Amino acid sequence: MAFNLRWATLALALAFPAHADEVTTFQLSNGLDIVVIEDHRAPVVVQMVWYRAGAADEARGVSGVAHFLEHLMFKGTEKLAPGEFSKTVEANGGSDNAFTSWDYTAYYQRVAADRLALMMEMEADRMRNLLLSEDDWRTEREVIIEERNQRTDSDPSALFSEQRRAAQYLNHPYGTPVIGWRHEMEALTRQNALDWYRKYYAPNNATLVVAGDVQPEAVRAMAETYYGPLAPSPEIVERDRVKEPPQLAERRLSYSDPRVSQPVLLRTYLAPERDAGAQEKAAALTMLAALLGGSSQTSVLGRKLLFETKEAIQVGAFYDGTSLDDTTFGFYVVPAEGVTLAQAETALDDTIASFLETGVDAAQFARIKAQIHADQIYARDDTEGLARQYGEALTTGLTVKDVQDWPATLDAVTEADVLAAAREVLDRRHAVTGWLMRDGQEETMQ
Amino acid sequence: MIRALFAGLAALLLAGPVLAEVKVQQVTSPGGFHAWLVEEHALPFTALEIRFRGGTSLDRPGKRGETRLMAALIEEGAGDLDAQAFAEAREALAAEFSFDAWDDALSVSARFLTENRDASVALLKSALTQTRFDQDALDRVRGQVISIIQQDAKSPNRIATQEFDRLAFGDHPYGSSRNGTVETVSDLTREDMFEAQDRIMARDRMVIAAVGDITASELGTLLDSLLGPLPEMGAIIPPPAEFQLQPGISVIDYASPQSVVLFGQQGIKREDPDFFAAFVLDQIVGGQGFASRLMEEVREKRGLTYGIGTYLAPMDLAETWQGSFASANEKVAEAIAVVRDEWAKVAVEGVSEAELAAAKTYLTGSYPLRFDGNGPIADILAGMQLDGLPVDYLVNRNAYVEAVTAQDVKRVAARLMDAGALRFVVVGQPQGLQATE
Repeated sequence: MAFNLRWATLALALAFPAHADEVTTFQLSNGLDIVVIEDHRAPVVVQMVWYRAGAADEARGVSGVAHFLEHLMFKGTEKLAPGEFSKTVEANGGSDNAFTSWDYTAYYQRVAADRLALMMEMEADRMRNLLLSEDDWRTEREVIIEERNQRTDSDPSALFSEQRRAAQYLNHPYGTPVIGWRHEMEALTRQNALDWYRKYYAPNNATLVVAGDVQPEAVRAMAETYYGPLAPSPEIVERDRVKEPPQLAERRLSYSDPRVSQPVLLRTYLAPERDAGAQEKAAALTMLAALLGGSSQTSVLGRKLLFETKEAIQVGAFYDGTSLDDTTFGFYVVPAEGVTLAQAETALDDTIASFLETGVDAAQFARIKAQIHADQIYARDDTEGLARQYGEALTTGLTVKDVQDWPATLDAVTEADVLAAAREVLDRRHAVTGWLMRDGQEETMQ
Repeated sequence: MIRALFAGLAALLLAGPVLAEVKVQQVTSPGGFHAWLVEEHALPFTALEIRFRGGTSLDRPGKRGETRLMAALIEEGAGDLDAQAFAEAREALAAEFSFDAWDDALSVSARFLTENRDASVALLKSALTQTRFDQDALDRVRGQVISIIQQDAKSPNRIATQEFDRLAFGDHPYGSSRNGTVETVSDLTREDMFEAQDRIMARDRMVIAAVGDITASELGTLLDSLLGPLPEMGAIIPPPAEFQLQPGISVIDYASPQSVVLFGQQGIKREDPDFFAAFVLDQIVGGQGFASRLMEEVREKRGLTYGIGTYLAPMDLAETWQGSFASANEKVAEAIAVVRDEWAKVAVEGVSEAELAAAKTYLTGSYPLRFDGNGPIADILAGMQLDGLPVDYLVNRNAYVEAVTAQDVKRVAARLMDAGALRFVVVGQPQGLQATE
């Protein structure tokens, strides 16, 4: 099935590490964690600095400040003029960018391997020495509001997802969008950004990942030179966010918008995440998502709703366990023409119930395991992807060992583990069900 | 001894220190298939990229969307296997196949493990040469395509693209969505699918690249088996498209806080002696990264957009120079004025030596960084062949960039850039912006 509906960009994540012998880790005396992934096939290197600070660490009322600061990190230091960071990377043939999530903020450059020292010098400089002029921060606030316009407010499915998350988390900050609520973004100030920066940007709150055509000892020496002199921050403490209370009542929401052409049913359940030394349940949920909705043609939902009853034109299951706190397990169903969302929801629930009764198809289970084995090979072709896996894991409470154990943990999952995890998580009392509808063609939610 | 039958492998190419590892062999199989190969035995898998010229431009009148629907059905049942049995077989082998079609080509991208290469290739062969086009698969995938067409009709980006293409190319296939319309796709039949496949998947228009854990002789055997049954000749590729874009501003009403803007003018052919000067010029005006003129003027200085970029599109049958951005409805008129001003300014003044130097170091430095995996390298090598570039382009490409002078850029800017010729297609509810018709 080569056509992917836009809705189906919620991907199933089976993430795989590099071979252990290609990965070296160490720590500088100021607390900076360093991971080196060797890949000598091409003379290219990726440097990534991951901070253990994301949108879910923001104080109430300043949503979006983590992402705002990410933008402002390109505005210069005493040594670099505004914009000069990216210009220098580009003048060296590289590319650079940054991204913010709920659990982390990360910055990266991809350059020829012999330019690594320059990248380290600049990245270390802005870790502690950022300057923000009056003009720069105001203009950049306009830019992030345009980003929100583009990514969220112009896209009904993004708005719907934002509402769905807010409904999922009553207390935990995962319910607040990374980009920020618009009215709070409009009020963000230079001081908000600087407070954030001073609190979180320090070597003892960061992980440096260097991947590509490099030798670990050379990376260590270079890192000592550039990052070594940076002072750690005494303010950094283990993150301990407010907890989500047990969900007792099912939550339902419906949203209609004139820009919707294709109604969609979305269901997400609160679910446990990968924890250091305890990834088994997350592994079982990862396998469950693959079994129920990984492949259009061969998954349980695909077979039933796309092939047998033809009630849907697209279905899927998704689960991403790489998260510091409780995550979600979800389904989406795009109903076929003439099928209501109520019918689609019944079909989804019936299919899940019947799966829990009949159990796991052994042949399908074996095929998924074969793909897990192969993905460990394919993943090694993408060094930047490997670097992201380590960075993401190490900023969401996992260790290098957890990353390297993950394929074996997946491989060890049994059919009984999958069913036990399914019974625990797939309970509608712990779920949010959303209906995205065309304006003027709303259905009444029961 | 198959090895002895090989017509001879091209010299290894060394493209300076950075490309030293990309050693391209030109392979001719015993059956006469030409391929570019990079042997890379570090990982036990191979990436294979096959492309057929013509793409969705081969759609017949009234059957718009047939090539894309056909491409989507290639893995929906083949030989003895229906869609589900085919997927099960592929998943058991952990092979990955994907099929796509755009204006100028149809692509087959595969990656498969060394440990089960023969079985993977046999399965891919059945998909390419014994496609079933079962009626239920056709109806199912058609439903998905129609859903996409309906979503496109409400997507501001897609609305803008379709209007721009229509204004630029009218009735030529370039002028309409390659997905087709609800009407044309609804009418497509199984027979149309077989016909569409024969029109494009033929030996007379094919390029092949392979990168990975495979030798030249193994690749030759593989290609003869995989592609041997394909027909000799496909359909005639249509004539060049007439460029009909008129200057001005189109506004399409769309209720959203932001307006999406596509803009452009005529571009330049890949074969034009000034192509590289234009390529460097585009990088300076609106190319990759954060350093371009338009990023500086529209985003960094004024905060009018999250991002703006331009690109040259030298297609097989026409060439455009296009850009895009999105701005809040109350700011979009100002953003358009800034784009026009910069366009006019560069046309007259050219660019500074510093801008030229920065663009050249970026373009030459970033080129080798693209060659960073079996899949990406196969993709680049197939693209080069479609563009008619020789193998030594890998070595010479950076020298072509280096050779561009400030005088070249100035001449090309004066020749190509015409702020008065720019067309802006705006989808949104822009304030203070008048459509020209």
